[in-house]
Amino acid sequence: MVDLISARRLPLADVPPLAATALSMAPLLPQARFVLRARPAAQAAIGQALGVALPTLVCRANVAGNRAALWLGPDEWLVLLLLPDGGAETLPAAFAVAAEGAPYSLVDISHRQSGLSLSGPQAATVLNTGCALDLDLAAFPVGMCTRTLLGKADITLWRTSETTFHIEAWRSFLPYVWQFLQEAAREFLV
Amino acid sequence: MTGQFRTAKGGRIDRAQKLLFSFDDVVYEGVQGDTLASALLANGVHLMGRSYKYHRPRGVLSAGSDEPNALVGLYRDKARYTPNLRAPCVELYNGLMADSQNRWPSLRWDIGIINDALSPLLPAGFYYKTFKWPAFAWKKYYEPFIRAAAGLGRSPTLADPDRYDNRWAHCDVLVVGSGPAGVSAALAAAESGARVILCDEQAELGGSLLSDVQANIDDQPAQAWLAGALATLARHPRVQLLPRTTAFGYFAHNMVGLSERITDHMAEPAAHLPRERLWQVRATEVVIAAGALERPLVFPHNDRPGVMLADSARTYVNRYGVKPGNLVVVATAHDSAYRAALDLHAAGVKIVTLADQRPSPSGPLIDAVRDAGIPLRVGTSVTGTGGGTRVRWVSLSSNGVSSEPVVCDTLLMSGGWTPSVHLFSQSRGRLRFDEALQAYVPGQSVERERSAGACRGVFGLAAALQDGAQAGAAAAKAAGYASARANPASAVGGEAGTGGWLGLVPGASPVKAFLDFQNDVTAKDIKLAVREGMRSIEHIKRYTTTGMATDQGKTSNMNALGVASGALDTPIPQVGHTTFRMPYTPVTFGAFAALSRDGLFDPARQTPMHDWAAENGAVFEDVGLWKRAHYFPKSSEDLHKAVDRECVAVRQSVGIFDASTLGKIEVVGPDAAEFMNRMYINAWTKLGVGKCRYGIMCREDGFVMDDGVVGRMAADRFHVTTTTGGAPRVLALMEDYLQTEWPDLDVWLTSTTEQWAVIAVQGPRARDVLAPLVEGIDISAKAFPHMSVAEGRIAGVPTRLFRVSFSGELGFEVNVPADYGRAVWEAIYASGQQYGITPYGTETMHVLRAEKGFIIVGQETDGTATPDDAGLTWAIGKAKKDFVGKRSLDRASMKGADRKQLVGLLTENPATVLEEGAQLVAGPKQPVPMTLLGHVTSSYHSANLGHSIALAMLSGGRARIGTSLFVPMPQGAIKVKIVDPVFYDREGARLDG
Repeated sequence: MVDLISARRLPLADVPPLAATALSMAPLLPQARFVLRARPAAQAAIGQALGVALPTLVCRANVAGNRAALWLGPDEWLVLLLLPDGGAETLPAAFAVAAEGAPYSLVDISHRQSGLSLSGPQAATVLNTGCALDLDLAAFPVGMCTRTLLGKADITLWRTSETTFHIEAWRSFLPYVWQFLQEAAREFLV
Repeated sequence: MTGQFRTAKGGRIDRAQKLLFSFDDVVYEGVQGDTLASALLANGVHLMGRSYKYHRPRGVLSAGSDEPNALVGLYRDKARYTPNLRAPCVELYNGLMADSQNRWPSLRWDIGIINDALSPLLPAGFYYKTFKWPAFAWKKYYEPFIRAAAGLGRSPTLADPDRYDNRWAHCDVLVVGSGPAGVSAALAAAESGARVILCDEQAELGGSLLSDVQANIDDQPAQAWLAGALATLARHPRVQLLPRTTAFGYFAHNMVGLSERITDHMAEPAAHLPRERLWQVRATEVVIAAGALERPLVFPHNDRPGVMLADSARTYVNRYGVKPGNLVVVATAHDSAYRAALDLHAAGVKIVTLADQRPSPSGPLIDAVRDAGIPLRVGTSVTGTGGGTRVRWVSLSSNGVSSEPVVCDTLLMSGGWTPSVHLFSQSRGRLRFDEALQAYVPGQSVERERSAGACRGVFGLAAALQDGAQAGAAAAKAAGYASARANPASAVGGEAGTGGWLGLVPGASPVKAFLDFQNDVTAKDIKLAVREGMRSIEHIKRYTTTGMATDQGKTSNMNALGVASGALDTPIPQVGHTTFRMPYTPVTFGAFAALSRDGLFDPARQTPMHDWAAENGAVFEDVGLWKRAHYFPKSSEDLHKAVDRECVAVRQSVGIFDASTLGKIEVVGPDAAEFMNRMYINAWTKLGVGKCRYGIMCREDGFVMDDGVVGRMAADRFHVTTTTGGAPRVLALMEDYLQTEWPDLDVWLTSTTEQWAVIAVQGPRARDVLAPLVEGIDISAKAFPHMSVAEGRIAGVPTRLFRVSFSGELGFEVNVPADYGRAVWEAIYASGQQYGITPYGTETMHVLRAEKGFIIVGQETDGTATPDDAGLTWAIGKAKKDFVGKRSLDRASMKGADRKQLVGLLTENPATVLEEGAQLVAGPKQPVPMTLLGHVTSSYHSANLGHSIALAMLSGGRARIGTSLFVPMPQGAIKVKIVDPVFYDREGARLDG
């Protein structure tokens, strides 16, 4: 019997990271991901089980340790667990217990999407090559997250510091996202 | 050649930095800071182009983007040739190579000038009148002839090797134009703390200030003040200065398109820089400070090289250190030409005469001209020019009396100023005719914008500075910066002056009196159009083509209106004005495409097993954005040989297929089954956990929208699959219903298309291949029958294992988390080696399902097929109260016996493969148009059956089974037998291996 559990092959596994003063770009470290949908009755308990209060402020992320919950909609969160984290296996059962029958939906999307980290003083400028949002700190402060477009790809964009963005996309769009940003960055990499 | 017309000092050029360039293969010398136009003028070259229709020799008319004549092609290399650039806008660089256009064999000796001699025969409307008959001649002669003659310049034939960029930007205040009004506006807005973008189409910011050597602002020379103001703006962290950037289009909700030219001015463009950048700016407030355009005077032969706009000549002298000529006549209807005369005079140019067509002009500028000793003739208009490819003399006329020709080498003219209302008008703002100014100016705004300075008729330096400062402060305040205040700079000099004239100069003939230089429209043409019944300026424009060239009539529209108004004896506001459209000046296709080219044109979606397929010789096909393995040819196999082999292998042993692109949606929540009942035609309540069902979804109109296998993973959890192409719209439709119709349902949808890699293993040996790898699921026929689903492990990896078949054989679909897809695929492939496991592509998948009569949504159905039409009535949950499309299916017309129904077709000759899309008719000898009864939807050669098969949608099809019809083709009609759509294993015995 073969056991391939160690044969996991992350998207963007082969891309060389990009590092310059103006900008650096690297694939995200392995994470577990869930889409959580929940009625208000289930939210507080699930947040407690997760160890991260579910943000209720529009387009904001809450972080505790290596876990994060990103507000994507009025009843929708993207839950991220930086691996290794035992919660990747235990959280579904823990949420079920915590919710006490209040309706919610938890779907594992750890393999659906992955992402990259874009950082540096030119990060926002490079993003604005393909992202139509206003990324001024006043309009898109640290901690803000949203689904948006980069060129022709859907992305989830999360500002984790003034000059750092956490970007996720469905796996088949990731090569496009990476190449798009690489092309957009060219003029800043001299 | 040296620049014999270069002044000794002054201007914003660096005389020490010599630049060599060529124009029509003659090498010249220019200096840093020159434009191509200024450098050619410095070398005494005025002849820069030939006109479009009559091929008349033309010189440079202006010093800006309104230039209609001096259109040149710029050559960098074979792939980098840019036609139709305006010479005054081309920044000179060392090694620049330019050529003139629309001439053969040379600019000086051009054979097309024959059109000029024939011009009496080529009036406006010539083409409409001449090319009307005979009708057959249009396609054969006229159109090819017109096409050959049409168009200016030539396109490069190689792919564009340059890179282009895009930038989305937001600001509080966008200021368009950096003349005195624009700079003042930007300063006022920036001081308030607002985020400001200031753009200008020219290489340097400053607009008219760059040509001003007399005026003072805040007690400094105007250009020194400008330098200080720009330095102040540059220090503001929230101000972005964008020279070489044209605001070309004004779109809804203050979205303004800017085109930034980044490397065109460089002798050796840096490889890391894009050539151009498209800015898509969303501005809270916009200040338009676009300035005004000087009008030519309209009189015969006003288009001869050496005839220029007066203020442009002033720019050439003051900004570029170039004298347009040595012996200059100035003809004017406006004070501003006096300033040009004074500045040229000061630079050592001899002003032979200043002719003012106004009887008694007065004011400080007139006094200054008199004081300078420049001969002034008032009440005198210019009525003609003489010379060949350069003006040699001009005729002047006073009170209808012509004077002796005045010898000169240059004629400067000014008919006054036209506010540049292009952007305002693009923003859908309403124009207003100002009687005092005799000009259209911005009236009612629609967007959050305001105009400032000359573009709204506020002329003169001091007024423009003040107007700009007020507009900038008002814009910042409107954007929420309460502290915004206007502190306008004060100015001495740069007075507005008065005057102006629209249309034909008094006493001049309309013949060869050009209005639209680029499209060769004369005053005579406008009069002809009016005589022939055109009343609206929109009709006159289209009949004569005035204002329809690439310059959009910047220099000509108001004069054309003036002539039309006179000819119609109707005031200008009643004649109207034409529509201003984007782009203000031409924008390259590259800028619009930006990064969307080659590998970034579209995302090319690949499955986790893509690389394995590529390494194993797969030929890919595009399905939406996906790359799917189409077939796996061995050595020299073509598509048909490979597909025949793959089809036989699946039915005889086992095949492996990448089905990862199938759409997948996880439907979760206590109301999941209820939701499924409402969305799909099938019944779901009784589907047990661990079981699957083939689901069909209709739109509200009752027509089949999508299909796919659905597995019930838990009481409150369904694993729904959709077609590859339908995944996004199915999810969108489900969300739409959930959010708008049934927000009370406790159920949620999550796309899991890319969570799972899906490996289909199909064929009698499928179980044997998988059994050694599967843990935790008994996959025996008894424990895991057809349409089962279970969770377990395969090769140590978690799986959702489906027992389903789209081939009719014993089949499994192995779902594993995508990052394991390739490893599991390889493990299954290795396990299948002893059975000769065969990888197959989408074509084989299509043939196998057609052999079984399985439809593909979008191939058999076309958005007008009901479930019954597709032979799927059995799937409808009859006991259900409702589902999407149910009510529509109850309409009488949805049950008609003559509806197109799914059938199979067999040809008499087993080798004949029908054409998909071909029509079915009863008798092949009926007259055309024949009565069409149906059409072929799928057609293949079936290697397993040894003959061709086809599926068709046929009117009353099921009742016709057993009869024959015909497929009419160009080579003759093909007789076909109507049969049941299931061609292979009708009993379904093979599903159990």
